[in-house]
Amino acid sequence: MKTTGRVKGIISNIVIVKADGPVAQNEICHVWYGDTKMMAEVIKVIGDDAYVQVYDSTRGLKIGDRVEFEGHMLEATLAPGLLSRNYDGLQNDLEKMPSLFIERGSITDPVDFGKNWPFTPLAKAGDKVSAASWLGEVQEQWISHKIMVPFTMTENYTVKSVAAAGEYKVTDTVAVLADAEGNEHPVTMVQRWPVKQAIRCYTEKPRPDRIMETGVRAIDTFNPLAEGGTGFIPGPFGAGKTVLQHAISKQADADIIIMIACGERANEVVEIFKEFPELIDPHTGHPLMERTIIICNTSNMPVAAREASVYTGMTIGEYYRAMGLKVLVMADSTSRWAQALREMSNRLEELPGQDAFPMDLSAIISNFYSRAGLVRLTNGKTGSVTFLGTVSPAGGNLKEPVTESTKKAARCFYALAQGRADSKRYPAIDPLDSYSKYLEYPEIRQYLEEHVGKGWVDEVYAGKTLVQRGKEANDQINILGDDGVPAEYHERFWKSELIDFVILQQDAFDDIDANCPFERQKMMYEMVLEICRKDFNFGDFDACSAFFKTLINLFRQMNYSEWKSGKFEEYRRQIEALVNEQFNK
Amino acid sequence: MTTRAFQKVYTKIDNITKATVTLRATGVGNDELATVGGKLAQVVKIMGDNVTLQVFAGTEGLATDSEVVFHGEPPKLKVSDNLAGRFFNAYGEPLEGGEQIEGEAREIGGPTVNPFKRKQPSELIATGIAGIDLNNTIVTGQKIPFFADPDQPYNAVMANVALRAKADKIILGGMGLTNDDFLYFKQVFENAGALDRIVSFVNTTENPPVERLLVPDMALTAAEYFAVDKGEKVLVLLTDMTLYADALAIVSNRMDQIPSKDSMPGSLYSDLAKIYEKAVQLPNGGSITIIAVTTLSGGDITHAVPDNTGYITEGQLFLRNDSDTGRVIVDPFRSLSRLKQLVIGKKTREDHPQVMNACVRLYADAANAKTKLENGFDLSDYDERALKFAYDYSEKLLSIDVNMEINEMLDTAWRLFAKYFTKTEVAIKEELTQKYWKE
Repeated sequence: MKTTGRVKGIISNIVIVKADGPVAQNEICHVWYGDTKMMAEVIKVIGDDAYVQVYDSTRGLKIGDRVEFEGHMLEATLAPGLLSRNYDGLQNDLEKMPSLFIERGSITDPVDFGKNWPFTPLAKAGDKVSAASWLGEVQEQWISHKIMVPFTMTENYTVKSVAAAGEYKVTDTVAVLADAEGNEHPVTMVQRWPVKQAIRCYTEKPRPDRIMETGVRAIDTFNPLAEGGTGFIPGPFGAGKTVLQHAISKQADADIIIMIACGERANEVVEIFKEFPELIDPHTGHPLMERTIIICNTSNMPVAAREASVYTGMTIGEYYRAMGLKVLVMADSTSRWAQALREMSNRLEELPGQDAFPMDLSAIISNFYSRAGLVRLTNGKTGSVTFLGTVSPAGGNLKEPVTESTKKAARCFYALAQGRADSKRYPAIDPLDSYSKYLEYPEIRQYLEEHVGKGWVDEVYAGKTLVQRGKEANDQINILGDDGVPAEYHERFWKSELIDFVILQQDAFDDIDANCPFERQKMMYEMVLEICRKDFNFGDFDACSAFFKTLINLFRQMNYSEWKSGKFEEYRRQIEALVNEQFNK
Repeated sequence: MTTRAFQKVYTKIDNITKATVTLRATGVGNDELATVGGKLAQVVKIMGDNVTLQVFAGTEGLATDSEVVFHGEPPKLKVSDNLAGRFFNAYGEPLEGGEQIEGEAREIGGPTVNPFKRKQPSELIATGIAGIDLNNTIVTGQKIPFFADPDQPYNAVMANVALRAKADKIILGGMGLTNDDFLYFKQVFENAGALDRIVSFVNTTENPPVERLLVPDMALTAAEYFAVDKGEKVLVLLTDMTLYADALAIVSNRMDQIPSKDSMPGSLYSDLAKIYEKAVQLPNGGSITIIAVTTLSGGDITHAVPDNTGYITEGQLFLRNDSDTGRVIVDPFRSLSRLKQLVIGKKTREDHPQVMNACVRLYADAANAKTKLENGFDLSDYDERALKFAYDYSEKLLSIDVNMEINEMLDTAWRLFAKYFTKTEVAIKEELTQKYWKE
C-alpha cells in the first residue's frame, strides 16, 4: 500500500505534507491539484511532515490537497530509443507534448513502448552473468545498443534462456535469468535507475590514458581534455561559454553526446534543435543529432527539475558507458544547478554557507564530477564518460563558491577571460590561467608522444612559455613605452601574438576554421613554433610589428583555407618566403 | 474586484509587517489574490491555517480588524484587441479613468513555451543605430537590456528603437518610472502617431514599489495575447528592471529570507529568467522581443542585478559617454548581441561579420594607443591613424543619434578602413577586401 498524505503548508515550490505512513528521503511523490498530478521529491522529513519540492508551479494548491508517495526515488528510464530525443529535466519527451505551452503535470514517455527493435542475442543459456553483463544488442541509429542485465540486479545469475533474434518491443522479455536459489527473473530491454546514484557496474576505473579530440586548438594543443576526464569552463557572461560548448559538442570525438541545458536560455536549445539535425558528425559522417541526447531545463522551467536535469543526463551517460561507448556529457551551466540548490536550501531555512549557498555545495559538486571516468567493464572492454561543465561566476569573479568548489573537482580548467572577449579574441580561453592536469599524467604524455609526435608535450610547454614571456614583454612595453625597451622585447611580444592569433584564436562561425583536426593543429603549431624559435633581430619596433602583422594575416588566411588545398599551400609558400626574406636580411 | 455574496470575510489579522499580513483562514489557494482593508494582496505562504499575504500597496494604516476577502484566483488580465492604445496601472486597471476592458481574463505569469515548439529567431530588427545594427544586431524573439547609468538617455534611445522597429504592437512596462519619463513616452508615441499599437502598464515612482512586481507579468500576458493568439510581432519594453529587482529584495527581506549577493534574494536569477524567457519566436510567425533597461550604479556590472541579467538575456547594450567626440555611444567592447550570428552575413550583406570584427579590433588598438598617450609615450604612425579612425568611427557609426541603413553602415566602415589603414592592417578575408575596399 502506498503512503499517502495531505498538504499542510505551502511556501513557493516547497510543500509540507502530513504523511500517513513511512516516507523515504528523496522519495518521489505526486501532489494532486484537481485532476492534475504534479511530481515532487521529498527533501526533508520531520516527524510525520515530509517537505517536498514540487517540480512544477504550486499556484492554486490548497491545504488538504491529496499527495501519493511512490516508494522509489527519481528514476531514469533506460532503453533503446534514447538517442536523438529532447527531454526535460525529468526525462519527459518534449517532442511528444502536444501544446505550445508546457501545461502543469505534463508527463510523456521517454521511449516508444510500442516500437519494435531488431534484437540479436549475445549471451546464451548457461552463461554466468551479473549486473550490466551484455545479453543482446539492438541497432539504435548506428550505435549497437547493448541490452544488459539491469543494474539493480546485484547478485550473480545464470542465463536460463535468451530470446532468438527477431523484432521485440522494449517491454518484451528477452532473457530469463536464474539466481543462486534458482528463482527466475525475466529481463526486458527497459530498466530504471535512480538518477542520484552512480552506476558502478564495472570492474575498475583506471586513470585516463588518452585524449579526447575536440577540434578546438586552444584545448587540444594547449590543454587537452582526457577521454573519461573532467573539465570546466568558467567565464563571465559574453565570454563565449555556450559557443565553445556547442563547438565541442559538434566536433568532439565521442560516440554519444549528452547536452544538458541547465537553467539556460531556451533560444540556445532551439539552436541545437535546428542545427544539429543538419550537421554531420566529422568523425562518422552521420547526422549529429543521431548521436545526441538533449536534456533541457531552461531557466524559466521549474527550478527543482533543474537540479534533477544534471543527474538525469549523467545517468544516461553512464548507461551508454556500460555498453563500451565513449560518452561526452556537457552541462551548461552548473552554476544554475548550484543556484537551484541554494533556492531550496533557503526555503528550508537551512543555515547558509558562503553567498547563501548550502554548506555541502562543494561535496555535492565533487560527488557529481566523480561520476565521470574511464571504466573497465566486466567483459574487459572499456567505456568512458567525459564531463565538461560550464560555470557562470557571479560578477565574473572566480573567487566564488561554485567556481572554487568545481576547481577542486575538475581536472581541466578553461578560464574564459573578459579581456580576451572584449577584444574579440575567441575562444576567450586564457592561455596562462587555464590548465590541464592531464598533461602531467605519464599515461597521457606517453599517449601524446606515440600518437602526435615525439617531444610533443615539451613543444606544448615551450609554446606556453613563449606566451608567458610575450605577456611580460608587453607589460614592460606598456610601462616603458615602445622606445623605452630594446627591439627584442617587441619581437618577443609579437611572437606571443603570433601564437595567439594563429593557434589560440579560432573562428567558431567559419565553416573551415571551426573544426581543426589534430593533424592540422600539429602542422600549424609546429610551423608557428619554428618561426618563434628564429631570432630576427629587427632594427626597430615598427619593422617588427609590420612583419608580424603581415605574417599573422597570411596565417589567418591559411586557417580559413581548406586543409592542403591549393590556396592553403600558396599561403604556406608565401609565409615561408616572407620568413626567409626577413631572416636573411 | 467587488465582493460576492458567498465570500467569507475575515476580520482578524494576527501579524502585520511593512509588506505582509498574516491571518487564520481556510480553503485558500497558493498565489491567490485577496483584498486586505481595500488594498490588493497576494498569498505568498500557507502554513496550516496561517496564511501570509503580501500587500502590494504596503500595509500602512491596516488594522488588525481590517476586512480580508479572498478572490479565489491568481492575478489576471482581461485581454482583447481593445488593449491597444490604452494605459494601465500595475493591476491592469485603466489609468485616467476610461472604461474597463472587456475580454477573456487570463492568469498572468502563465506556463512556459515548450522549447521544442519554439522557432529559431531569424528576423532582423533594424533600428538605424549602427552601434546596434552593425555591431549588435537585434533579432525578433530576442531579449536584450540596455545597461546604463541613471544619467544616460536610455529611455529616449528605447523609445526611438521601439518606433523604428516596425513592430505590430509595442508594450511598455514601466516600473518606478518618474512621472516625467512616463509623460515623455506618452508624448513621443503620440507624436509618432503610434498610440494605436501601444499598450502601457505603468507603475510610477508615485505608486508603492511592491506593485511593480506585477508589471512585467501584466505586460507579457498582453504580449502573449497578441503574439500567440494574433500572430503579431510584439516588442516589449521594460524599464527599469533594477527597480523591479529592488522590489523583489524588499519582499524577500520582509519574509525573513536569507539574502544572497548584494542583498538580493537567492532566487533572483529564476525570478528574472521567468520574465525574460517569455521572449519567443513562435511557429505561427508571431514573436515577443524584449528590450529592457537595467540601470547600473557607476557602471558596475558585477552587481547582482546586471550580473544575473547578463546571464539570462541574449546580450546587452552598453551606453557610454565618449569624451573624445562628446557623443553617447553604444560601447562596442562591452555590448553584445548573442543572436546576431543568426542574421549577420545571412540576412545582411556577406561582409557584415568581418567588417564588424575588424572595426572593433581597430577600435581596441586605438584604445591601447590612447593608454600609451595618457602614460606620456610617443605614438607610432599606426597609433596615430588608429586614433583618428576611432574618432570617426565613434562619431559616424557608434553614436546613438546616427540613423541609417545597414549597407550604408558597412560602406561607411569600408571608407574609414581605406582612409586610415592598409589592407593588411584591416586583415579581412581577401575575397571580401577585393570586392568592397573603397580606394
